[in-house]
Amino acid sequence: MASERMTVARAMVKVLEAEGIKTVFGYPGAAICPFYDELINSQIRHVLVRHEANGGHAANGYARMTRKPAVAIATSGPGATNLITAIATAYMDSIPMVIITGQVSSEQIGRDVFQEADITGSAEPFVKHSYLVKNPDEVPVIFKNAFYIAGSGRPGPVLIDMPFDIQKAQIDFEYPETVDIRSYKPSVQGNKLQIKRAIAAIEKSKKPLICAGGGIFTAGAENLLCEFMHIADIPVVNTMMGMSSVPADDDLFYGMIGMHGVKSANYAINNCDLLILLGARVGDRAVTAISRLEGATVIHIDVDPAEIGKNLAATIPVVGDVKNILGEMIKLAKNYDHYDWKQELSEIRKTQDKPLSPSQDGFVNPKAFIRTLSAKLPENVVVSADVGQNQIWTCNNIRLKSGRFITSGGMGTMGYSIPAAIGAKAASPTSEVIAICGDGSFQMQFMELATMIQHGIAVKVIVMTNNRLGMVREVQTNAYDNRLTAVFLDGSPDFIKLADSYGIPARRVTDIADADSAINDMLSCDGCYLLEVRVAENEKTIL
Amino acid sequence: MKHTISILVENHAGVLARVAGLFARRGFNIDSLAVGVTEDEKISRITIIADGTAYTLEQIEKQLNKLIDVIKVRHLPSEELLSRELVLIKVACQPSQRAELISLAEIAKAKISDITVNTMTLELSDSVPRIKNFEELLRPYGIKETVRTGSIAMQKGGASMKL
Repeated sequence: MASERMTVARAMVKVLEAEGIKTVFGYPGAAICPFYDELINSQIRHVLVRHEANGGHAANGYARMTRKPAVAIATSGPGATNLITAIATAYMDSIPMVIITGQVSSEQIGRDVFQEADITGSAEPFVKHSYLVKNPDEVPVIFKNAFYIAGSGRPGPVLIDMPFDIQKAQIDFEYPETVDIRSYKPSVQGNKLQIKRAIAAIEKSKKPLICAGGGIFTAGAENLLCEFMHIADIPVVNTMMGMSSVPADDDLFYGMIGMHGVKSANYAINNCDLLILLGARVGDRAVTAISRLEGATVIHIDVDPAEIGKNLAATIPVVGDVKNILGEMIKLAKNYDHYDWKQELSEIRKTQDKPLSPSQDGFVNPKAFIRTLSAKLPENVVVSADVGQNQIWTCNNIRLKSGRFITSGGMGTMGYSIPAAIGAKAASPTSEVIAICGDGSFQMQFMELATMIQHGIAVKVIVMTNNRLGMVREVQTNAYDNRLTAVFLDGSPDFIKLADSYGIPARRVTDIADADSAINDMLSCDGCYLLEVRVAENEKTIL
Repeated sequence: MKHTISILVENHAGVLARVAGLFARRGFNIDSLAVGVTEDEKISRITIIADGTAYTLEQIEKQLNKLIDVIKVRHLPSEELLSRELVLIKVACQPSQRAELISLAEIAKAKISDITVNTMTLELSDSVPRIKNFEELLRPYGIKETVRTGSIAMQKGGASMKL
């Protein structure tokens, strides 16, 4: 391919096209205008969000569906710093993203000029890598490397800071076809000997358990996981990031582990004699429930060697892509039988599904509501849960047989669910996409209702309202002798009227008896919809 | 326990900040840090003396390897280590004390780098314990200023740290 003379701004657009980018999420400003002025000439769809962080979360949701790096754009200074929370959220959950920020002109950098911020410096702890572009001729290679780094190995956000003058510079543009970064060669294959050792350990085990994390999605290993667990007859639990990696109605599935997990899952992890961690980093909220694991053999399979042994000592570490390794393990595994162990776990699973307490007058039991919703969800639904009580109620009561569950697992970022749902819907327009949040988190993100309307991205929003920051209220009740402070959301608007002002149909449910018809209304609506579910202030997450 | 870690990095702006930032945010303690270009001008070598348990050392190596600009990380075992630090020490020195200080410098294999009517500046390149010892010997004269580089280190023998 011959090179072509053009501005860097035009080359940036060409790069995005070459990378197969169909949709980008952004918010312009003066320092990124040269790029925007070229984006007009492209077929790439630009979704204008209402806050830069939400552009980042939308790219996050988009990337989770496409499993390829998604693009978020902001201008210099406050535009860029507003993105930091979204960058950190993506970093913690290993989401591939390329973030492009405008920067003041090269000769002005370091002089504290208008809308100048050292974004590569300030985002450094939260990026997989970053570039502050100084030489316009390096732009093609930098972008090529950025997309490769973001999407390979353990994925993550890569930031490219583009000074104004660099965007306007002329270069001979030719997009490189290959990548060669001598200092970055992620191992993906998995050591054959370690895989054999893992299989030998599984063969000896009487009570094996698989714990599936978010790495299953990164690797695209859901089908192989199901195949492997059935061949080897091994029960499965998941972390919050691993939710929906195994169909919830599979008999080998025993729920989510951790501080907010279910009894069967935590019992399983505490009583197994062999634990296979698959793409899970054993985060503190996931392992607080592990108390007796010391005697068990731990097989830790992860693409990031730094995660192995960081939070939990591994007996058999296997570094590589979970999909490749599961493929190898399937070849070696035999049909084991763990009937007694499964019976032991199934007994616990049976007892934990206690009937729920009835809804209080004028309110809806949120757990009962999620179960009703769960039963009605169509194939390939995407459920985007926010952070707070709503997240835990959703995790523990939703049963996805197919589709995808997404949430901000590592960072616990409030205000994630709606923009992430917008991104997911933009990537999978034929899927039903539902965001579930509380009245606290809703008020951090409801400006994005306008984005949904403007761009025709039909997301369904469920807001669980209790006029409280419920999770903090629960902490204060349990750990601070019920001294409640700064958790009251008085002054909140009428959410039905608010939805109406955006032209979004909405309905409020105050009685569990109406849940069924309200959910039907929501699911049968073609466009956006808002469903408010009134929840009593004293509802708990702890089972 | 002290560990000597050699890191080969791309010789770009900002790489040192990434390495130092990593140590700071993960709570790894740096005792000393030295950086300079290698035989290949596109590659710099950072020598870090860090304090920590075997777990910390493993994490330091793994986390450093995750930085894209880091090409190679090696923990140099203390028994195979050639380690040097450079120190400049300015001491008070009356004309009558010069002979004494010159003979001290000779014993320690230090150089006299600068001399004034009432000061003398000595230069020594040696291992850290020997530098400390030399400093103690000079202390009675009145040390006015000390500057040290931080240790650089290399593995003994014919093997070298290559890409």
